Amino acid sequence: MTSATTPRRTPFHEYHRLAGAKLVDFAGFEMPVRYTGDVREHLAVRNGAGLFDITHMGEFEVRGAGAEAWLNRMVTNDVSALAVGQALYSPMCRPDAGIVDDLLVYRYADHYMVVVNASNMAKDFAWMDGLRPADVSLVDRSAETALLAIQGPKAADIVRGHVPAAAMDLGYYRFTTGELFGVPATVSRTGYTGEDGFELYFAPEHGDRVWKGLVEAGAPYGLELIGLGARDTLRLEMGYMLYGNDIDDVTTPLEAGLGWTVKLAKAEFNGKDVMVKQKAEGLKRKLVGFQLDGRRVPRHGMKILSGGREVGVVTSGTFSPSLERPLGMGYVEAALAPTGTALEIDAGSTRLAARVTARPFYTRGSHRS
Amino acid sequence: MAFPDDVRYTQEHEWARDEAGVITVGITSYATEQLGDVVFVELPEVGRAVETGKAFGVVEAVKTVSDLFAPVSGEVVEVNGAITDNPALVNQEPFAAGWLVKIKASDASEHGKLLSAVDYEKLVEESH
Repeated sequence: MTSATTPRRTPFHEYHRLAGAKLVDFAGFEMPVRYTGDVREHLAVRNGAGLFDITHMGEFEVRGAGAEAWLNRMVTNDVSALAVGQALYSPMCRPDAGIVDDLLVYRYADHYMVVVNASNMAKDFAWMDGLRPADVSLVDRSAETALLAIQGPKAADIVRGHVPAAAMDLGYYRFTTGELFGVPATVSRTGYTGEDGFELYFAPEHGDRVWKGLVEAGAPYGLELIGLGARDTLRLEMGYMLYGNDIDDVTTPLEAGLGWTVKLAKAEFNGKDVMVKQKAEGLKRKLVGFQLDGRRVPRHGMKILSGGREVGVVTSGTFSPSLERPLGMGYVEAALAPTGTALEIDAGSTRLAARVTARPFYTRGSHRS
Repeated sequence: MAFPDDVRYTQEHEWARDEAGVITVGITSYATEQLGDVVFVELPEVGRAVETGKAFGVVEAVKTVSDLFAPVSGEVVEVNGAITDNPALVNQEPFAAGWLVKIKASDASEHGKLLSAVDYEKLVEESH
Protein backbone atom coordinates (compact mmCIF):
# COMPACT_ATOMS: atom_id res chain seq x y z
CA MET A 1 0.00 0.00 0.00
CA THR A 2 1.12 3.54 -0.72
CA SER A 3 1.50 5.74 2.33
CA ALA A 4 -1.43 8.09 2.93
CA THR A 5 0.97 11.04 3.20
CA THR A 6 2.39 10.62 -0.32
CA PRO A 7 -0.54 10.13 -2.69
CA ARG A 8 0.26 8.66 -6.08
CA ARG A 9 0.05 10.82 -9.16
CA THR A 10 -1.42 9.83 -12.50
CA PRO A 11 0.38 10.53 -15.82
CA PHE A 12 -1.97 13.53 -16.23
CA HIS A 13 -1.12 15.26 -12.96
CA GLU A 14 0.72 18.17 -14.58
CA TYR A 15 -2.24 18.86 -16.90
CA HIS A 16 -4.58 18.99 -13.92
CA ARG A 17 -2.29 21.40 -12.10
CA LEU A 18 -1.89 23.66 -15.15
CA ALA A 19 -5.67 23.68 -15.62
CA GLY A 20 -6.06 25.01 -12.08
CA ALA A 21 -7.74 21.90 -10.69
CA LYS A 22 -8.41 21.57 -7.00
CA LEU A 23 -6.58 18.34 -6.19
CA VAL A 24 -7.56 16.03 -3.35
CA ASP A 25 -6.31 12.76 -1.94
CA PHE A 26 -8.74 10.11 -3.14
CA ALA A 27 -8.08 6.45 -2.34
CA GLY A 28 -4.33 7.11 -2.21
CA PHE A 29 -4.22 9.12 -5.44
CA GLU A 30 -3.94 12.87 -5.90
CA MET A 31 -6.98 13.45 -8.11
CA PRO A 32 -8.78 16.51 -9.56
CA VAL A 33 -12.06 17.06 -7.75
CA ARG A 34 -12.96 20.24 -9.65
CA TYR A 35 -11.52 22.41 -12.45
CA THR A 36 -14.02 25.23 -13.02
CA GLY A 37 -17.12 24.28 -11.04
CA ASP A 38 -19.22 21.21 -10.33
CA VAL A 39 -22.34 22.49 -12.10
CA ARG A 40 -20.56 23.75 -15.20
CA GLU A 41 -18.59 20.51 -15.56
CA HIS A 42 -21.70 18.41 -15.01
CA LEU A 43 -23.70 20.25 -17.66
CA ALA A 44 -20.78 20.10 -20.11
CA VAL A 45 -21.00 16.30 -20.00
CA ARG A 46 -24.80 16.27 -20.33
CA ASN A 47 -24.81 18.72 -23.26
CA GLY A 48 -21.39 18.36 -24.94
CA ALA A 49 -18.45 16.29 -23.78
CA GLY A 50 -16.11 15.95 -20.83
CA LEU A 51 -12.72 14.33 -20.23
CA PHE A 52 -12.11 12.44 -16.97
CA ASP A 53 -8.84 11.09 -15.58
CA ILE A 54 -9.87 7.87 -13.83
CA THR A 55 -6.45 6.24 -13.82
CA HIS A 56 -6.93 5.56 -10.11
CA MET A 57 -9.23 2.64 -11.00
CA GLY A 58 -7.58 -0.80 -10.71
CA GLU A 59 -7.09 -3.32 -13.53
CA PHE A 60 -6.47 -7.02 -12.90
CA GLU A 61 -5.57 -9.46 -15.66
CA VAL A 62 -7.05 -12.95 -15.32
CA ARG A 63 -5.74 -15.83 -17.43
CA GLY A 64 -5.72 -19.60 -17.48
CA ALA A 65 -7.83 -22.63 -18.33
CA GLY A 66 -10.04 -22.09 -15.29
CA ALA A 67 -10.45 -18.32 -15.67
CA GLU A 68 -14.06 -18.25 -16.84
CA ALA A 69 -15.35 -20.80 -14.34
CA TRP A 70 -13.52 -19.10 -11.47
CA LEU A 71 -14.68 -15.57 -12.33
CA ASN A 72 -18.20 -16.90 -12.59
CA ARG A 73 -17.96 -18.17 -9.00
CA MET A 74 -16.48 -14.84 -7.82
CA VAL A 75 -19.12 -12.52 -9.26
CA THR A 76 -22.92 -12.60 -9.26
CA ASN A 77 -23.50 -11.79 -12.95
CA ASP A 78 -22.92 -14.36 -15.70
CA VAL A 79 -19.38 -14.20 -17.11
CA SER A 80 -20.03 -17.25 -19.30
CA ALA A 81 -22.55 -15.21 -21.31
CA LEU A 82 -19.85 -12.73 -22.41
CA ALA A 83 -18.75 -12.65 -26.03
CA VAL A 84 -15.19 -11.61 -26.86
CA GLY A 85 -15.30 -7.81 -26.98
CA GLN A 86 -18.03 -7.50 -24.38
CA ALA A 87 -17.92 -6.06 -20.86
CA LEU A 88 -20.11 -6.88 -17.88
CA TYR A 89 -21.02 -4.97 -14.73
CA SER A 90 -21.23 -7.13 -11.62
CA PRO A 91 -21.01 -7.14 -7.86
CA MET A 92 -18.40 -9.47 -6.35
CA CYS A 93 -19.77 -10.96 -3.15
CA ARG A 94 -18.60 -12.67 -0.01
CA PRO A 95 -20.20 -15.99 1.00
CA ASP A 96 -22.58 -13.99 3.27
CA ALA A 97 -23.61 -11.97 0.14
CA GLY A 98 -22.00 -8.74 1.38
CA ILE A 99 -20.44 -6.87 -1.55
CA VAL A 100 -16.62 -6.93 -1.75
CA ASP A 101 -16.73 -4.53 -4.71
CA ASP A 102 -18.67 -3.70 -7.84
CA LEU A 103 -16.60 -4.09 -10.98
CA LEU A 104 -16.42 -4.59 -14.73
CA VAL A 105 -15.31 -7.84 -16.39
CA TYR A 106 -13.92 -7.50 -19.94
CA ARG A 107 -13.61 -10.60 -22.09
CA TYR A 108 -10.64 -10.53 -24.48
CA ALA A 109 -9.81 -13.36 -26.91
CA ASP A 110 -7.33 -15.02 -24.53
CA HIS A 111 -7.90 -13.46 -21.10
CA TYR A 112 -10.16 -11.31 -18.92
CA MET A 113 -9.63 -7.87 -17.44
CA VAL A 114 -11.36 -6.98 -14.18
CA VAL A 115 -11.70 -3.25 -13.42
CA VAL A 116 -12.17 -2.41 -9.74
CA ASN A 117 -12.66 0.65 -7.58
CA ALA A 118 -9.49 2.45 -6.48
CA SER A 119 -10.59 2.40 -2.86
CA ASN A 120 -10.87 -1.40 -2.97
CA MET A 121 -7.84 -2.31 -5.08
CA ALA A 122 -5.75 -3.91 -2.34
CA LYS A 123 -8.75 -5.56 -0.66
CA ASP A 124 -10.02 -6.99 -3.95
CA PHE A 125 -6.66 -8.37 -4.99
CA ALA A 126 -6.13 -10.09 -1.64
CA TRP A 127 -9.69 -11.46 -1.72
CA MET A 128 -9.42 -12.80 -5.25
CA ASP A 129 -5.87 -14.12 -4.87
CA GLY A 130 -6.90 -15.99 -1.73
CA LEU A 131 -9.63 -17.84 -3.62
CA ARG A 132 -7.68 -18.37 -6.83
CA PRO A 133 -7.21 -21.97 -8.06
CA ALA A 134 -3.94 -23.26 -9.53
CA ASP A 135 -5.16 -23.07 -13.13
CA VAL A 136 -5.83 -19.32 -12.98
CA SER A 137 -3.31 -16.47 -12.93
CA LEU A 138 -4.16 -13.06 -11.48
CA VAL A 139 -1.90 -10.08 -12.18
CA ASP A 140 -2.39 -6.50 -11.01
CA ARG A 141 -1.86 -4.28 -14.10
CA SER A 142 -3.02 -1.07 -12.41
CA ALA A 143 0.39 0.61 -12.36
CA GLU A 144 0.84 -0.18 -16.07
CA THR A 145 -2.55 1.16 -17.10
CA ALA A 146 -3.70 4.73 -17.69
CA LEU A 147 -7.46 5.24 -17.96
CA LEU A 148 -9.33 8.22 -19.37
CA ALA A 149 -13.07 8.55 -19.93
CA ILE A 150 -14.59 10.82 -22.56
CA GLN A 151 -18.31 11.16 -22.01
CA GLY A 152 -21.16 13.14 -23.48
CA PRO A 153 -23.33 13.33 -26.61
CA LYS A 154 -20.36 14.77 -28.57
CA ALA A 155 -17.80 12.18 -27.38
CA ALA A 156 -18.12 10.03 -30.50
CA ASP A 157 -17.58 13.02 -32.81
CA ILE A 158 -14.41 13.91 -30.89
CA VAL A 159 -12.76 10.49 -31.05
CA ARG A 160 -13.80 9.71 -34.65
CA GLY A 161 -10.68 9.14 -36.73
CA HIS A 162 -8.49 8.69 -33.66
CA VAL A 163 -9.86 5.31 -32.56
CA PRO A 164 -10.31 2.08 -34.56
CA ALA A 165 -13.18 2.42 -37.03
CA ALA A 166 -14.92 -0.49 -35.28
CA ALA A 167 -15.16 1.61 -32.12
CA MET A 168 -17.65 3.94 -33.78
CA ASP A 169 -20.16 1.10 -34.23
CA LEU A 170 -19.79 -0.41 -30.75
CA GLY A 171 -22.91 -0.92 -28.67
CA TYR A 172 -23.04 -0.06 -24.99
CA TYR A 173 -20.74 -2.31 -22.92
CA ARG A 174 -18.82 -3.43 -26.00
CA PHE A 175 -15.13 -2.78 -26.58
CA THR A 176 -12.41 -3.17 -29.16
CA THR A 177 -8.64 -2.98 -29.22
CA GLY A 178 -6.50 -1.04 -31.64
CA GLU A 179 -4.79 2.30 -32.09
CA LEU A 180 -5.82 5.35 -30.10
CA PHE A 181 -3.94 8.38 -31.44
CA GLY A 182 -1.45 5.83 -32.79
CA VAL A 183 -0.83 3.96 -29.53
CA PRO A 184 -2.19 0.54 -28.50
CA ALA A 185 -5.37 0.79 -26.47
CA THR A 186 -8.61 -0.78 -25.36
CA VAL A 187 -11.52 1.41 -26.44
CA SER A 188 -14.66 0.64 -24.48
CA ARG A 189 -18.18 2.01 -24.96
CA THR A 190 -18.82 2.28 -21.23
CA GLY A 191 -19.11 4.98 -18.62
CA TYR A 192 -20.49 6.17 -15.31
CA THR A 193 -22.50 9.17 -16.50
CA GLY A 194 -25.52 7.97 -18.47
CA GLU A 195 -24.15 9.60 -21.61
CA ASP A 196 -22.63 8.04 -24.69
CA GLY A 197 -18.88 7.82 -24.47
CA PHE A 198 -15.73 5.79 -24.17
CA GLU A 199 -13.34 4.54 -21.54
CA LEU A 200 -9.80 4.37 -22.88
CA TYR A 201 -7.16 2.02 -21.43
CA PHE A 202 -3.52 2.40 -22.52
CA ALA A 203 0.06 2.40 -21.23
CA PRO A 204 0.97 5.38 -19.00
CA GLU A 205 4.00 6.29 -21.13
CA HIS A 206 1.59 7.32 -23.90
CA GLY A 207 -0.28 9.64 -21.55
CA ASP A 208 0.96 12.91 -23.09
CA ARG A 209 0.10 11.85 -26.60
CA VAL A 210 -3.42 10.70 -25.80
CA TRP A 211 -4.26 13.61 -23.47
CA LYS A 212 -3.04 16.23 -25.95
CA GLY A 213 -4.78 14.42 -28.80
CA LEU A 214 -8.13 14.36 -27.01
CA VAL A 215 -7.90 17.96 -25.83
CA GLU A 216 -7.04 19.15 -29.33
CA ALA A 217 -9.70 17.04 -31.05
CA GLY A 218 -12.22 18.12 -28.43
CA ALA A 219 -11.61 21.86 -28.61
CA PRO A 220 -14.01 22.52 -31.52
CA TYR A 221 -16.70 20.60 -29.59
CA GLY A 222 -16.21 22.45 -26.32
CA LEU A 223 -14.64 19.47 -24.51
CA GLU A 224 -14.20 20.31 -20.82
CA LEU A 225 -12.09 18.71 -18.09
CA ILE A 226 -14.23 17.02 -15.46
CA GLY A 227 -13.34 16.35 -11.83
CA LEU A 228 -14.51 13.76 -9.35
CA GLY A 229 -17.16 16.18 -8.04
CA ALA A 230 -19.14 16.19 -11.28
CA ARG A 231 -18.41 12.49 -11.78
CA ASP A 232 -20.36 11.91 -8.56
CA THR A 233 -23.34 14.13 -9.48
CA LEU A 234 -23.53 12.54 -12.94
CA ARG A 235 -23.58 9.00 -11.56
CA LEU A 236 -26.05 9.91 -8.85
CA GLU A 237 -28.54 11.37 -11.36
CA MET A 238 -28.43 7.93 -13.01
CA GLY A 239 -28.86 6.11 -9.70
CA TYR A 240 -25.55 4.28 -10.17
CA MET A 241 -23.91 2.81 -7.08
CA LEU A 242 -20.86 4.31 -5.39
CA TYR A 243 -19.01 1.69 -3.40
CA GLY A 244 -18.49 2.77 0.20
CA ASN A 245 -21.59 4.97 0.04
CA ASP A 246 -24.47 2.96 -1.38
CA ILE A 247 -23.05 -0.55 -1.23
CA ASP A 248 -20.42 -2.15 0.99
CA ASP A 249 -19.39 -5.34 2.78
CA VAL A 250 -22.67 -5.51 4.74
CA THR A 251 -25.17 -4.74 1.97
CA THR A 252 -26.27 -7.35 -0.56
CA PRO A 253 -26.91 -6.81 -4.28
CA LEU A 254 -30.60 -7.64 -3.81
CA GLU A 255 -30.98 -4.99 -1.10
CA ALA A 256 -29.23 -2.49 -3.38
CA GLY A 257 -31.66 -3.13 -6.24
CA LEU A 258 -28.96 -4.89 -8.27
CA GLY A 259 -31.07 -8.02 -8.74
CA TRP A 260 -30.59 -7.70 -12.50
CA THR A 261 -26.88 -8.49 -11.97
CA VAL A 262 -27.53 -11.57 -9.79
CA LYS A 263 -27.99 -14.72 -11.86
CA LEU A 264 -29.45 -17.16 -9.35
CA ALA A 265 -29.74 -19.78 -12.13
CA LYS A 266 -25.92 -20.08 -12.16
CA ALA A 267 -24.67 -23.33 -10.60
CA GLU A 268 -22.65 -21.85 -7.77
CA PHE A 269 -21.22 -18.47 -6.79
CA ASN A 270 -20.22 -16.64 -3.62
CA GLY A 271 -23.28 -15.43 -1.76
CA LYS A 272 -25.79 -17.47 -3.76
CA ASP A 273 -27.25 -19.39 -0.80
CA VAL A 274 -27.86 -16.21 1.20
CA MET A 275 -29.44 -14.43 -1.75
CA VAL A 276 -31.69 -17.39 -2.59
CA LYS A 277 -32.90 -17.22 1.02
CA GLN A 278 -33.29 -13.43 0.90
CA LYS A 279 -35.36 -13.72 -2.23
CA ALA A 280 -37.58 -16.45 -0.76
CA GLU A 281 -38.13 -14.70 2.56
CA GLY A 282 -38.36 -11.16 1.21
CA LEU A 283 -35.99 -8.27 1.86
CA LYS A 284 -36.01 -6.37 5.14
CA ARG A 285 -34.54 -3.22 3.63
CA LYS A 286 -34.18 -1.80 0.15
CA LEU A 287 -32.16 0.96 -1.46
CA VAL A 288 -34.49 3.64 -2.81
CA GLY A 289 -34.04 6.87 -4.69
CA PHE A 290 -35.82 9.96 -3.46
CA GLN A 291 -36.35 13.56 -4.53
CA LEU A 292 -36.93 16.59 -2.37
CA ASP A 293 -38.54 19.96 -2.85
CA GLY A 294 -36.67 23.11 -1.87
CA ARG A 295 -32.90 23.35 -2.00
CA ARG A 296 -31.64 21.72 1.20
CA VAL A 297 -29.58 18.68 0.28
CA PRO A 298 -29.66 15.21 1.89
CA ARG A 299 -26.19 13.94 2.83
CA HIS A 300 -24.56 10.55 3.40
CA GLY A 301 -25.32 9.33 6.93
CA MET A 302 -28.46 11.40 7.62
CA LYS A 303 -31.33 9.44 9.18
CA ILE A 304 -34.48 8.68 7.16
CA LEU A 305 -37.73 8.98 9.13
CA SER A 306 -41.33 7.95 8.56
CA GLY A 307 -44.02 9.15 10.96
CA GLY A 308 -41.23 10.38 13.25
CA ARG A 309 -39.68 6.90 13.44
CA GLU A 310 -36.18 6.09 12.16
CA VAL A 311 -36.58 3.78 9.15
CA GLY A 312 -33.27 4.04 7.34
CA VAL A 313 -30.21 6.06 6.37
CA VAL A 314 -29.13 8.25 3.45
CA THR A 315 -26.25 6.72 1.48
CA SER A 316 -25.78 9.41 -1.21
CA GLY A 317 -27.22 12.87 -1.74
CA THR A 318 -26.57 15.88 -3.89
CA PHE A 319 -28.11 18.85 -5.61
CA SER A 320 -28.89 17.66 -9.14
CA PRO A 321 -27.55 20.17 -11.68
CA SER A 322 -29.71 18.74 -14.48
CA LEU A 323 -32.99 18.56 -12.56
CA GLU A 324 -32.17 21.59 -10.36
CA ARG A 325 -33.38 19.91 -7.20
CA PRO A 326 -31.96 17.84 -4.37
CA LEU A 327 -32.02 14.07 -4.67
CA GLY A 328 -30.53 11.10 -2.91
CA MET A 329 -30.53 7.40 -2.23
CA GLY A 330 -30.74 5.41 0.96
CA TYR A 331 -31.84 2.19 2.59
CA VAL A 332 -35.35 2.03 4.07
CA GLU A 333 -37.59 -0.69 5.47
CA ALA A 334 -38.91 -2.66 2.50
CA ALA A 335 -42.53 -1.62 3.14
CA LEU A 336 -41.53 2.00 2.47
CA ALA A 337 -39.80 1.33 -0.86
CA PRO A 338 -42.71 1.81 -3.32
CA THR A 339 -42.46 4.85 -5.59
CA GLY A 340 -44.31 7.83 -4.18
CA THR A 341 -43.86 6.91 -0.49
CA ALA A 342 -43.39 10.02 1.66
CA LEU A 343 -40.25 10.10 3.81
CA GLU A 344 -38.46 12.65 5.97
CA ILE A 345 -34.73 13.30 6.15
CA ASP A 346 -33.26 14.37 9.49
CA ALA A 347 -30.91 17.23 8.51
CA GLY A 348 -30.04 18.18 12.08
CA SER A 349 -31.68 21.55 12.62
CA THR A 350 -34.54 20.73 10.26
CA ARG A 351 -36.42 17.88 8.61
CA LEU A 352 -36.67 17.64 4.84
CA ALA A 353 -39.70 16.19 3.05
CA ALA A 354 -38.73 13.53 0.48
CA ARG A 355 -40.62 11.07 -1.66
CA VAL A 356 -39.46 7.82 -3.18
CA THR A 357 -38.70 8.25 -6.89
CA ALA A 358 -37.95 5.77 -9.66
CA ARG A 359 -34.35 5.64 -10.88
CA PRO A 360 -32.70 6.81 -13.01
CA PHE A 361 -33.63 10.29 -11.84
CA TYR A 362 -32.29 11.68 -15.12
CA THR A 363 -33.82 9.96 -18.14
CA ARG A 364 -32.54 11.97 -21.11
CA GLY A 365 -29.00 10.53 -21.22
CA SER A 366 -27.42 9.76 -24.60
CA HIS A 367 -25.90 6.39 -23.71
CA ARG A 368 -26.53 3.53 -26.08
CA SER A 369 -28.80 0.66 -25.17
CA MET B 1 -3.98 33.95 -2.39
CA ALA B 2 -4.51 37.61 -1.45
CA PHE B 3 -7.54 38.86 0.48
CA PRO B 4 -9.10 42.34 0.68
CA ASP B 5 -7.64 44.34 3.58
CA ASP B 6 -10.72 46.52 4.16
CA VAL B 7 -12.48 43.67 6.00
CA ARG B 8 -11.61 41.36 8.90
CA TYR B 9 -11.83 37.58 9.03
CA THR B 10 -12.80 34.59 11.19
CA GLN B 11 -11.08 31.23 11.59
CA GLU B 12 -14.20 29.74 9.95
CA HIS B 13 -13.67 31.74 6.73
CA GLU B 14 -16.27 34.47 7.13
CA TRP B 15 -15.35 38.08 6.37
CA ALA B 16 -16.78 41.10 8.23
CA ARG B 17 -16.87 44.75 7.12
CA ASP B 18 -17.53 47.43 9.76
CA GLU B 19 -19.58 50.44 8.63
CA ALA B 20 -20.38 52.55 11.70
CA GLY B 21 -21.18 49.56 13.90
CA VAL B 22 -23.15 47.65 11.24
CA ILE B 23 -21.15 44.59 10.23
CA THR B 24 -21.64 43.16 6.73
CA VAL B 25 -20.83 39.42 6.71
CA GLY B 26 -19.96 37.02 3.90
CA ILE B 27 -17.77 34.01 3.24
CA THR B 28 -14.30 34.32 1.73
CA SER B 29 -13.13 33.33 -1.74
CA TYR B 30 -11.13 30.56 -0.07
CA ALA B 31 -14.35 29.23 1.48
CA THR B 32 -16.20 29.26 -1.84
CA GLU B 33 -13.34 27.43 -3.53
CA GLN B 34 -13.45 24.74 -0.87
CA LEU B 35 -17.23 24.44 -1.02
CA GLY B 36 -17.70 24.47 -4.78
CA ASP B 37 -20.94 25.65 -6.34
CA VAL B 38 -23.31 27.11 -3.76
CA VAL B 39 -26.92 26.11 -4.45
CA PHE B 40 -28.69 27.44 -1.37
CA VAL B 41 -28.05 29.70 1.61
CA GLU B 42 -30.27 29.53 4.67
CA LEU B 43 -30.22 32.91 6.44
CA PRO B 44 -31.79 34.15 9.67
CA GLU B 45 -34.73 36.55 9.72
CA VAL B 46 -34.21 40.25 10.22
CA GLY B 47 -34.43 41.04 13.92
CA ARG B 48 -32.89 37.79 15.11
CA ALA B 49 -30.10 37.94 17.69
CA VAL B 50 -26.83 36.22 16.79
CA GLU B 51 -23.90 35.36 19.04
CA THR B 52 -20.18 35.39 18.26
CA GLY B 53 -18.98 31.97 17.10
CA LYS B 54 -22.48 30.47 17.01
CA ALA B 55 -24.11 29.17 13.83
CA PHE B 56 -26.58 31.59 12.25
CA GLY B 57 -27.19 29.91 8.89
CA VAL B 58 -26.24 27.18 6.44
CA VAL B 59 -24.51 27.14 3.06
CA GLU B 60 -25.45 24.20 0.83
CA ALA B 61 -23.06 23.46 -2.02
CA VAL B 62 -23.41 20.64 -4.52
CA LYS B 63 -20.85 18.50 -2.75
CA THR B 64 -21.04 19.63 0.85
CA VAL B 65 -22.79 21.69 3.50
CA SER B 66 -21.34 24.14 5.97
CA ASP B 67 -22.65 26.16 8.90
CA LEU B 68 -22.21 29.94 8.95
CA PHE B 69 -20.75 31.37 12.14
CA ALA B 70 -21.38 34.88 13.42
CA PRO B 71 -18.19 36.98 13.56
CA VAL B 72 -19.77 39.32 16.13
CA SER B 73 -22.76 39.34 18.48
CA GLY B 74 -25.71 41.55 17.65
CA GLU B 75 -28.98 41.77 15.75
CA VAL B 76 -29.55 40.91 12.11
CA VAL B 77 -30.69 44.14 10.41
CA GLU B 78 -30.61 43.06 6.75
CA VAL B 79 -30.24 39.86 4.70
CA ASN B 80 -29.16 39.64 1.07
CA GLY B 81 -32.32 38.64 -0.81
CA ALA B 82 -30.44 38.53 -4.13
CA ILE B 83 -28.65 35.31 -3.17
CA THR B 84 -31.96 33.55 -2.48
CA ASP B 85 -32.74 33.85 -6.18
CA ASN B 86 -29.16 33.49 -7.36
CA PRO B 87 -26.95 31.55 -4.90
CA ALA B 88 -24.13 31.51 -7.50
CA LEU B 89 -23.46 35.15 -6.52
CA VAL B 90 -21.68 33.77 -3.46
CA ASN B 91 -19.18 32.03 -5.74
CA GLN B 92 -18.96 34.82 -8.29
CA GLU B 93 -18.53 37.80 -5.96
CA PRO B 94 -17.94 36.54 -2.43
CA PHE B 95 -16.65 39.91 -1.16
CA ALA B 96 -19.26 42.06 -2.91
CA ALA B 97 -22.68 41.08 -4.32
CA GLY B 98 -22.45 37.71 -2.58
CA TRP B 99 -22.61 39.17 0.96
CA LEU B 100 -24.97 37.33 3.34
CA VAL B 101 -26.22 39.42 6.29
CA LYS B 102 -25.73 42.73 8.08
CA ILE B 103 -25.46 42.61 11.86
CA LYS B 104 -25.82 45.61 14.21
CA ALA B 105 -22.99 44.84 16.61
CA SER B 106 -23.81 44.87 20.32
CA ASP B 107 -20.14 45.49 21.23
CA ALA B 108 -18.37 48.03 19.04
CA SER B 109 -14.92 46.63 19.89
CA GLU B 110 -15.55 43.07 18.71
CA HIS B 111 -14.89 43.66 15.01
CA GLY B 112 -11.39 44.95 15.68
CA LYS B 113 -10.45 41.65 17.37
CA LEU B 114 -11.06 39.58 14.23
CA LEU B 115 -8.19 38.46 12.00
CA SER B 116 -6.50 40.94 9.69
CA ALA B 117 -6.12 40.10 5.97
CA VAL B 118 -2.44 39.23 6.57
CA ASP B 119 -3.26 36.89 9.46
CA TYR B 120 -6.08 35.29 7.50
CA GLU B 121 -3.80 34.71 4.53
CA LYS B 122 -1.36 32.94 6.88
CA LEU B 123 -4.19 30.80 8.23
CA VAL B 124 -5.19 29.75 4.72
CA GLU B 125 -1.62 28.97 3.73
CA GLU B 126 -1.10 26.88 6.86
CA SER B 127 -4.18 24.83 6.10
CA HIS B 128 -2.72 23.77 2.75
